[in-house]
Amino acid sequence: MTEALAPIVVLSIEVSALALLISGAIGVPAGAWLGLASFRGRSLVRATVNAGMGLPPVLVGLVVYLLLSKSGPLASLDWLFTPSAMVLAQVLLCLPLVIGITAAAVAAISPELPLQLKSLGASAWQIRAAIVREARPGILLALTAAFGRSTSEVGAVLMVGGNIEGHTRVLTTAVVLETGQGHFATALVLGGWLLALTLAANVAIVRLHGRAPA
Amino acid sequence: MSAAPVYVLSRLGRSRGADVVLDIDALEVAAGEVLCLVGPTGAGKTTMLRILAGVEAPSSGELRVRGQVLGAGGLTLEQQRSVAMVFQRPLLLDRTVRENVAYGLAVRGTTTKDEQHTLVLAVLRRLGLEAFAERRARALSGGETHLVALARSLVLDPTVLLLDEPTANLDPARVTVVEKVVRDARDERGTTVVWATHNLFQARRCADRVALLLDGRLVEVASATDFFEAPKDARTRAFVRGEMVY
Repeated sequence: MTEALAPIVVLSIEVSALALLISGAIGVPAGAWLGLASFRGRSLVRATVNAGMGLPPVLVGLVVYLLLSKSGPLASLDWLFTPSAMVLAQVLLCLPLVIGITAAAVAAISPELPLQLKSLGASAWQIRAAIVREARPGILLALTAAFGRSTSEVGAVLMVGGNIEGHTRVLTTAVVLETGQGHFATALVLGGWLLALTLAANVAIVRLHGRAPA
Repeated sequence: MSAAPVYVLSRLGRSRGADVVLDIDALEVAAGEVLCLVGPTGAGKTTMLRILAGVEAPSSGELRVRGQVLGAGGLTLEQQRSVAMVFQRPLLLDRTVRENVAYGLAVRGTTTKDEQHTLVLAVLRRLGLEAFAERRARALSGGETHLVALARSLVLDPTVLLLDEPTANLDPARVTVVEKVVRDARDERGTTVVWATHNLFQARRCADRVALLLDGRLVEVASATDFFEAPKDARTRAFVRGEMVY
């Protein structure tokens, strides 16, 4: 059991961490921009992003599957039923969360603050940086929510990863498999690992928040 | 009033929708003077300060800053960095008091960390805030927040200091400290101060000149002595005696 479990846990961490990293790298700047910018149609863009937070995983799985399938536009990547496909699906699921929550956190900062920082001689870029820093608790919440979604996600990764033992099997898909086979004790152990992984990630993020320079 | 003016306002107006909130026909602010703005709430004091600070644009008229006409883009970064404003409701960053006070120095990038540390501690000491240096700014009381906001402006050694009721939430002892610090800035550094206050005693103690604003318009500008002892306008007389009904 332990020998079989290790690669599943490691792959779960790798896929979720990579999806979080990519979502954060794209989503935090995009969300900060959306929260700070004023342009025609901003409300519509924010509403669209917010709607994306509730994207059905199976729909994302289907879209990624079609994109990566032999007749799809991204077939040349040869990612279908690989961890890369699972990361892609999770990024698409996590990105709206990161962008939407980051934008909301940045937009919630008092519009008076930029003016006061300007009066202290801050340039436009320095003001933006300070605002994003002020919105840090919200940004960490966005990353926490994204990691939670990626670790608990099963529908999309099952469709595009295929739950192949030793290759694309992660904790969530393994729980589905073991439950389906009636191996409830094993499914519960896997579920415990999943819970521990989520808890550990959240503790790490909370501690990161506490330690970060104010 | 012999020094060249820092600000020259000509037919300067500010409207919000149909409401005219500021309509200044002409006003000069001389270098190195303390000009107190007095008037009831909503008279336009804050709006005028915000325009002088470059954080709000006038709707009409002309504002000259050290001889240069303010363009559509507002104050240049260089002009902006010669002015510091203490806002009526100051917002501090979610950092320590020391980091908040150092912010303006840090964004200028002209001092080392050690120099910033020395300057910050010196200004905190002048305002009796040295014990607060490592406290979280968001945990301060309203009065302490105002003092920290004043400290973060003073540490920049601005040529122009704009104050919007900075002592409104302070006890008398701290009011005395603030008044001394501002007077020292004028006397020792030649800082120009434009100070909005509801406290007429404070205006009398600290101002070189006093200006009365009513409904966005300048009623009278005079030396502190003339303003309080020989006001020309009947409305100023009524305001000084506390007889004005708004």
